[in-house]
Amino acid sequence: MTDKNLLIAKQSLLQPAELDESILEKVIGSMMGHAIEYADIYMQTSRHESWVLEDGIVKDGQHNIEQGVGVRAISGEKTGFAYSDDIILPALTSAADAARTIARQGQSGGMNAWQSSPISPLYTENDPLAVLSAEQKIELLRAVDKEARRIDPCVQQVIASISGVHEIVLVAANDGTLSADVRPLVRMNVSVIVERDGRREQGSAGGGGRVTYKYFTENDRALGYAREAVRQAIVNLDAKDTPAGTMPVVLGPGWPGVLLHEAVGHGLEGDFNRKGSSVFSGRIGEQVASKYCTVIDDGSIQSRRGSLSVDDEGTVTQQNVLIENGILKNYMQDKQNSRLMNLPTTGNGRRESYAHMPMPRMTNTYMANGDHDAEEIIASVDKGLYAVNFGGGQVDITSGKFVFSTSEAYMIEKGKITYPVKGATLIGNGPEAMNLISMVGNDMSLDTGVGVCGKEGQSVPVGVGQPTLLVDRLTVGGTNT
Amino acid sequence: MNQTIEKHANSDADLFDRDSLKETVDFMLQQARNKGASASEAGLSVETGLSVTVRMGEVETIEYTRDRSFGVTVYFGQRKGSASTTDFSRQAVIDTVTAACDIARYTEEDKFAGIADKNKLAFDYPDLDLNHPWDLGAEQAIEMATQCEAKSLAYDKRITNSEGAYITAHQAYRIYANSHGFVGDYSSTRHSNGCTVIASEGEGMERDYWYSIARNADKLDDLNLVGEMAATRAIKRLNARQIKTQKVPVVFQAEVARGLLGHLVRALGGGAQYRRASFLVDKLGTQIFPERFRIDERPHLKQAIGSAPFDGEGVINTSHDLVSDGVIQSYVLDSYSARRLNTETTGNSGGMHNLFINTDDYDLDGLLKEMGTGVLVTEVMGQGVNIVTGDYSRGGTGFWVENGEIQYPIEEFTLASNLAEMYQRLSLVGNDVDLRSSLCTGSWLIDEMTIAGT
Repeated sequence: MTDKNLLIAKQSLLQPAELDESILEKVIGSMMGHAIEYADIYMQTSRHESWVLEDGIVKDGQHNIEQGVGVRAISGEKTGFAYSDDIILPALTSAADAARTIARQGQSGGMNAWQSSPISPLYTENDPLAVLSAEQKIELLRAVDKEARRIDPCVQQVIASISGVHEIVLVAANDGTLSADVRPLVRMNVSVIVERDGRREQGSAGGGGRVTYKYFTENDRALGYAREAVRQAIVNLDAKDTPAGTMPVVLGPGWPGVLLHEAVGHGLEGDFNRKGSSVFSGRIGEQVASKYCTVIDDGSIQSRRGSLSVDDEGTVTQQNVLIENGILKNYMQDKQNSRLMNLPTTGNGRRESYAHMPMPRMTNTYMANGDHDAEEIIASVDKGLYAVNFGGGQVDITSGKFVFSTSEAYMIEKGKITYPVKGATLIGNGPEAMNLISMVGNDMSLDTGVGVCGKEGQSVPVGVGQPTLLVDRLTVGGTNT
Repeated sequence: MNQTIEKHANSDADLFDRDSLKETVDFMLQQARNKGASASEAGLSVETGLSVTVRMGEVETIEYTRDRSFGVTVYFGQRKGSASTTDFSRQAVIDTVTAACDIARYTEEDKFAGIADKNKLAFDYPDLDLNHPWDLGAEQAIEMATQCEAKSLAYDKRITNSEGAYITAHQAYRIYANSHGFVGDYSSTRHSNGCTVIASEGEGMERDYWYSIARNADKLDDLNLVGEMAATRAIKRLNARQIKTQKVPVVFQAEVARGLLGHLVRALGGGAQYRRASFLVDKLGTQIFPERFRIDERPHLKQAIGSAPFDGEGVINTSHDLVSDGVIQSYVLDSYSARRLNTETTGNSGGMHNLFINTDDYDLDGLLKEMGTGVLVTEVMGQGVNIVTGDYSRGGTGFWVENGEIQYPIEEFTLASNLAEMYQRLSLVGNDVDLRSSLCTGSWLIDEMTIAGT
């Protein structure tokens, strides 16, 4: 079987610049004689577009083309990195010269023969932007606007956007890697402002994945986002002050999995653990969560936002069990950190673009199902918070402190959901909170495909997910004492 | 987490060939005109840098950065389209203009759309002394970063690990031009040094950092000072306790108080105003701070980090008050949002340029004494700020203060209130002004907030 992606990548990245594999081999080879044990070249071209509707009209559209090449040389823990937005041989050579200045002493590596084995793509290679005409994209946004305004007269403002990226990457490395990936990524977003009796609130919803725009027209998804955004905003119009203090918190399924992303995910990335800066450093084999917790990172799920057929170092992605029944099993790795820690690569080497260095990053991170019904979990709480939706979160991987902020939450009183409360930040300590998970539901779902994860200034698309679960104690940052 | 790093290498003749870059912009405007655009604007930037990190005495990364981008917006009457590229070839410029024009065929008429009015443009703009290239070589940067980190690691035996020290040098050249005949360009530099270390004692591990940033490398903080500050800050966080849920006064240390000014800028922003997505909708002329406070923008300060000779659409930006006597004097507008609100642009396309709040005659210790008993916040976490309602709820780290004296570090608590109330309850602003961003303030003492803890 021929690798279709590799052919596409050669056509769009190498041929226009009159480059080929033998030239890449020479450039990499030229870096290897200088105490460099690993070197790679990452070429990328991407086309991005977005359309935005506001005030009932599509008033803005953008189209961006970005392309370039990043060259990296590694000597032990040292990395030299340079990039250029010209994909031409002189730029490639001068980037390679700059990158290899990193090495002063150390062992040298060699150049292996290319070992490109065909990979099975997890998504279509077709241009996701081209499946709808400009008129159809505009029509879709108008339909969303109409739907949101139809549902409730309180809706004052609707902003709807549709955006898509078509990206082609090629990775070549001295270890023989020659891999390509052709990646679609689309996203739709709807946000609304509602106003009633002088009180204003917002709601937003959206979704997407490594699919084409067709995804939004199927199963009424686009209109569904409009309904969900309005529903959330209206709920918040009636929200009361959130209590302040420590209490049981039930987290709903899907996007609240941002808890895992922050509470354990970042702390299990290989770089932090190699450097000993994570609260999880050196704890493989230890109990780091309650026995109900099995946490998985899986970049190989078909068409998901966080998925990659191969990561940005050319490693095929896979399902990695990070925590199994509470025991820490694995970190997430890129090539450099796996080599330094003498552990296998896991397909988590990711970068924002050719102009950024790869590092270990999450893909789709979720918790496996437990055996409780969601109703049963809520009924078990005498007084606590039921948090259904979140904005985002943040973690300090060294102290383990993490926060995430609710955008839709309710009080639970005597096992019943009573009234909605205002957005509040929840704060906890990662390992501690994971040990306080006492019930896990059987309704695991992944989020709708909207996650963006930031680390050291680099943004990458990710997925999160979980079943309904109960954390016995979290600090809830309301105003009501 | 490590700092991300950018920095400058030697200036690159090809990259900064201003005449040819200006020609490219001019060519773009011509192309737009040829394609029938009634108005157009283009922005171009080229940037180059070097950044070096050293971790545990060894070089960790040497990164040469070199970025270009070129964007164009075309108008056909009231219809608009935009496109951008990183490729500066003539063909790419033509393709990019074509892509923008294609989009404008489909977007709908927006009566407020258009480039800035001609009479607002900064045809005559000042030199703000922003360009101080630093001829920094990788070897020199490595030595400097090594010295900085070594100072931090040697400061105390409880400093047990490091995320590294970095040195960056960065240089940029920008042009903005539009079909009113405006062409503005300027060069600027931005250099920085910083260090992040980990302190540990018993089971506990705490990370903290310090950094400085300046247009002129001579104005950066001393490397030893940066290293020591990072170490001191990390050590002070060790053995933090939790506190009870309660309502107390809070001091936001200057670098965190900056965020509170940032929320004000967002709430007064044109987009939030015309969308009515702000807790300060229709509040022009309303008192939102105590009468003593004035908040003003000073876009033309020489060498300042936030300075710019004109705004993102070529508009004259002048010093003016956002708030005086506690009363809102102005929103934060570009031409588009100004037209929506039936008023005039404030020269804030692309953001705020050096915002200041007046200070009181107290340093941070003085503020703590004035507070008596309460919380000093040194770090906030999370996104719990709702600009539509003003509701504020964020995670915090800091110190418990009694009788004006720091007692012990505290962690894992939240701070909650509503921004409207926080601004009204602002009682003092310290003179410990942090000038490292375009939002410049000292520490804030706020009379009361809700702390959630144990």
